[in-house]
Amino acid sequence: MSFLKKSPWIIHYDGTSCNGCDIEVLACLTPLYDVERFGVVNTGNPKHADILLITGSVNEQNKDVVWQIFNQMPNPKVVVAVGICATSGGIFAECYNVMGGVDKIIPVDVYVPGCAARPESIIDGVVKAVEILEEKRAAMTKKRKMAKVRRVSGPVSLSNMF
Amino acid sequence: MAGSMMSVLLYIFLGPLVGGLIAGIDRKISARMQGRYGPPLLQPFYDVLKLLSKESIAVNGIQNFFIFCFLIFIIFTGSLFFMGGDILLVIFALTLSSIFIVLGAFSANSAYSSIGAMRELLQMMAYEPMVLLTAIGFYVVTKSFNITDIMSFETPLVLYLPGIFLGFTYILTMKLRKSPFDISMSHHAHQEVVKGITTEFSGSTLAMIEIAHWYENVFLMGFIFLFFVWKMPGSWIIGIIACILLYFFEIVIDNASARYKWQLAFSSSWIAAAALGFTNLLILFLMK
Ligand code: SF4
Repeated sequence: MSFLKKSPWIIHYDGTSCNGCDIEVLACLTPLYDVERFGVVNTGNPKHADILLITGSVNEQNKDVVWQIFNQMPNPKVVVAVGICATSGGIFAECYNVMGGVDKIIPVDVYVPGCAARPESIIDGVVKAVEILEEKRAAMTKKRKMAKVRRVSGPVSLSNMF
Repeated sequence: MAGSMMSVLLYIFLGPLVGGLIAGIDRKISARMQGRYGPPLLQPFYDVLKLLSKESIAVNGIQNFFIFCFLIFIIFTGSLFFMGGDILLVIFALTLSSIFIVLGAFSANSAYSSIGAMRELLQMMAYEPMVLLTAIGFYVVTKSFNITDIMSFETPLVLYLPGIFLGFTYILTMKLRKSPFDISMSHHAHQEVVKGITTEFSGSTLAMIEIAHWYENVFLMGFIFLFFVWKMPGSWIIGIIACILLYFFEIVIDNASARYKWQLAFSSSWIAAAALGFTNLLILFLMK
């Protein structure tokens, strides 16, 4: 029995978006669509999140940020590129500072098309992402290769506390 | 003795179930108040079970140990309480458990969790006087710190201690981590300093914090229960109804108020402790 499907927590990152897609992402939380009824919570914290929603393309300025957020998320995790900018760069693809879609930096699992992506298609994308998340979890428990606790720095210490 | 052992076992096994259900109902009612459909009733359980299957990232190896201690001491506090032990001991154990979560957040050494931890310390300073006044109030009326004695007093304590009850309700909002006092750690969709004190915890460690929070909520409702039970055999029903009403009131407050700054949270709870709690005690002394 998997509970990942029932409680996908999301972190939303705004790349070089025109804000059109961001507003649609937030629209999913409003009473009309209310994604919380599927257990979706918009956490502001990569360490609590299961799904990374990225709107807008990546550029030279934010590529490290995108990489950081992705790395700080605990496994299993999936990435959803929302809107055509996040997919390929969209109408900004030709700009001198734009690198292109999110998949230039991190592996993307689901692409949600649209400019702006409609809330319905974003929810659809999240539902697809949840399935992939479940596959990843199943693979993870099968292999049992990954340690349950990931240490990102040295061993137990009290010296760096204060 | 057998009876108190029973209630401890009941608390240990049923506590998280009741606490999780309360959290589920809370989320549902909050959603309805905001005009949304809301998550399923069992959503908090799904969340915790999911967190248990996720990876736990530790910046500092000791942080997960502190959170484990936090959980253990919350259970210890609640067990002492439901055993009918000494209320002062319960309060000290509660403080100790809060210290552990603060230590855990500090040890992660991240800006957000450090701010969260400092705010948690401030909150502890803010609510501690009122919690102590509550224990003193119980003692002044019943001449005992023992919870079993307090529960078998001749009249409901709230009649003697209305001010203390109101003051305790005020700081209860802080302990339940609800707006306007959710400055160190906020719930589900709310965000403050990323996730405040829980920012650096993930996976099973975060699940432990959630479970500890359920235990804590049940135990805090027990405190409210004390104000409303007395010697009469059926009075526990009144106590439970009072707890339900009070929790509903807290949900309303949570949804109707914006977050305070820490200065206001701090000063207002001391003012509440003085104006409601201390005045109540003074009047009790004068009436004697
Ligand atoms: S896809 Fe369209 S709406 Fe979305 S960020 Fe790009 S330009 Fe804006």
